[in-house]
Amino acid sequence: MPVPILKQGHYLVASIQDALSDGEVLELQENLLKQIGEFRARGIIVDVAAMDVIDSFASRSLRTVALTTRLRGAEMVIVGIQPDVAFAMVRFGLYMDDINTALDLEEGLEFLDRWIAERADTDEG
Amino acid sequence: MRDEVLVAIASDADVVLARQTGRSMATQLGLSRSEATLLATAISEVARNIVEYVGDGQILLCIVNLNGMEGVKVVATDSGPGIENVEKALQDYQSSGGRLGLGLPGARRLMDEFHMISEVGEGTTVTMTKWKGSRGG
Repeated sequence: MPVPILKQGHYLVASIQDALSDGEVLELQENLLKQIGEFRARGIIVDVAAMDVIDSFASRSLRTVALTTRLRGAEMVIVGIQPDVAFAMVRFGLYMDDINTALDLEEGLEFLDRWIAERADTDEG
Repeated sequence: MRDEVLVAIASDADVVLARQTGRSMATQLGLSRSEATLLATAISEVARNIVEYVGDGQILLCIVNLNGMEGVKVVATDSGPGIENVEKALQDYQSSGGRLGLGLPGARRLMDEFHMISEVGEGTTVTMTKWKGSRGG
């Protein structure tokens, strides 16, 4: 089942419902990148709370979407990384230093609102 | 609870099945959620290596009991081309986002025991164990 992507204002919210196979991760990656342009989205939130594992493939794919999103003039934030998954990522040595993360959907939305506001300020200044 | 489960690995769906089976065995044995996730992540990596570099193989998951310690042992086997230099394959070179070289050393860090043997033209076997209550979760 493809990951549902909902449009919420200027944002796209991808809410992963279950463990994802590599194929499903790639499909999500493709759909998100396509929809940024279609919906002229300013931000993307990927909710990974339901992901059982974030291994090298999943983290690399998420990072690719985040960096590509940035090149398209929008910003992405990953929310909901579970504590045990975060712990495994650190032990593994998977780094996402240049990627935005937030605790949950609410904080993710706040992050994007702030990001857009700051960018508007810079544009005016 | 079954003490031994064999998962045939040939597609990305099998990778998910293998790690979920490993997680459920770990949970039933009483490993913590963190330990189970470390195990599941390591299984995901070795299973993906089989799919990506060989095509198919198998993963045997078993409950082991040694000197009063309990854990889940994973034996991932393929009959692929094999790896000439196992030590090199286990070295880290994770800069520049290289695909190779990140999965196996990462998996080794997640597990309590990790051994890899490989013979060119014969195949590769990775054997790794996660013990219950091991230090460092």
